[in-house]
Amino acid sequence: MTKQTKLPHRTPQMSALSFTLLITAVALILASIGDVAPSPQRLMEGGPRVVNLLGRMLPPSSDPEFLMRMVWTLVETMQIALAGTTLGILISFPIGWLSSQGLSPIGSLRWLVKGFVSLCRTIPDLVWALIFVSTVGLGAVAGTMTIVVDTLGFCGRFFAEAMEDTDRDARDAIQTIGGNHWNMLSAAVIPDALPSMINTSLYALERAIRSSVVLGLVGAGGIGQELKTAFDLFQYKQASAIILAIFVIVIAMEALTDWIRKKILGP
Amino acid sequence: MDNTANAVYLSRVSKVFGTSTVLNDINLSLTNGRRVALLGPNGAGKSTLLKTIVGLTRPNSGTVVTLGTNITEPSSKHAIKELRQKIGFVFQNHSLVPRTSALSNVVHGFMGAPGSWRAVSHSLAPEAWRVAAWQMLVELGLSNHILSKVNQLSGGQAQRVAIARAMVRSPQLLIADEPAASLDPTAGEEIMLLFSQLVQKRGTTLLFTTHNINHARTYADEIVALKNHKIHWFGSATDFDDAISRTLYI
Repeated sequence: MTKQTKLPHRTPQMSALSFTLLITAVALILASIGDVAPSPQRLMEGGPRVVNLLGRMLPPSSDPEFLMRMVWTLVETMQIALAGTTLGILISFPIGWLSSQGLSPIGSLRWLVKGFVSLCRTIPDLVWALIFVSTVGLGAVAGTMTIVVDTLGFCGRFFAEAMEDTDRDARDAIQTIGGNHWNMLSAAVIPDALPSMINTSLYALERAIRSSVVLGLVGAGGIGQELKTAFDLFQYKQASAIILAIFVIVIAMEALTDWIRKKILGP
Repeated sequence: MDNTANAVYLSRVSKVFGTSTVLNDINLSLTNGRRVALLGPNGAGKSTLLKTIVGLTRPNSGTVVTLGTNITEPSSKHAIKELRQKIGFVFQNHSLVPRTSALSNVVHGFMGAPGSWRAVSHSLAPEAWRVAAWQMLVELGLSNHILSKVNQLSGGQAQRVAIARAMVRSPQLLIADEPAASLDPTAGEEIMLLFSQLVQKRGTTLLFTTHNINHARTYADEIVALKNHKIHWFGSATDFDDAISRTLYI
């Protein structure tokens, strides 16, 4: 250890390279704000337009025929989210196990599985939706497949991490007693990782509800399709009713998952 | 050679990791039903010796016969698996599965038995295993904690669950690696007493490592002292006096 003979500086000394990188980063941020962020003048100009749009959106449509159609597309949205998340979670479990360090039974091949999970995660859900709409056609099936892949990218990674974080001593003990790889997984890994996996799954469901709302914008079924149509046809009162319904659904789902989380995992 | 009277028999056993010798020409016979303490400074080779006895580590040379099974024969892989069914293990920091009930953790003791996929939880286990696990917990004074999660138990209670897991299949040999090291002195004494009484009652051979010389003298019939990877002293616990103790740790 170096002996400190002088009073140290209040802040760490910065090297010339670090200083240059810092200045470059600040310059990039300022240039980006200048290029694409709204200017105060533009915000002032947009203000009356916002008021005008709100005037055309309110009150939300209460046309019974439209409301009935909206409820059915909301049901479809929920179905996409629930079916997609459930299938995604079910596939994520073996995928998480195969890609986890120290637990995977396939050795270094786990990097291939890990790479696949990364691919699912890094491509945005709207891009996946476009791919599935092109391959399986317009509608809810493309939406469900999008949610499956999105959930797989999310849960696959966090399930693997939850399994890796389980108590190593307990795992070793099960093997020393005479348990095989499967015994170790089912007796030591799953019980220890389960709370974290339940938490991840509930969060994945919340994400899926939000994602399934926008998937319709690219033709992958659900309420998003209805929203796009309403805006395209300047039916702003219908659009505001849909936005309000989406808000209620997302908030209700978050409240429900919070309740389930507390019920299963405790406060 | 007849080793039926010996729980453990080692002849000229040596183990080398890389360039460092961990066990150097070990000769040792442990009689069935005896309680044996393994003493020695850190790095003397105690853990490696335990692992060698149960077949978790293969020696570079010499013969190891545990409970009548020669585990140093080249074709002994299956025999080692069968041997483990006759051995109970207690680890230093209990190594129980957290967030799982005491009962399920004791049922884990049946791992390796036929149909052991059912040993993952007491809910899946055959009735006979559930009853045996429950009886062990009651015998060890944990009747109020049968379904408690083990991470909610005190250190002493968790170590009792670990003992129950090790003893539930009535092993012929119980191996305990510093069973009282992670406990406070009172809980440590309690655990050692429990061990001692349990193995004496069942006629199980006990081999435990410890740094506590009082534990070795009080709860063992024989003491094996390892120093510099060799057997420094082996004899009756009553003969292990302060002079020998000083030579061991200096």
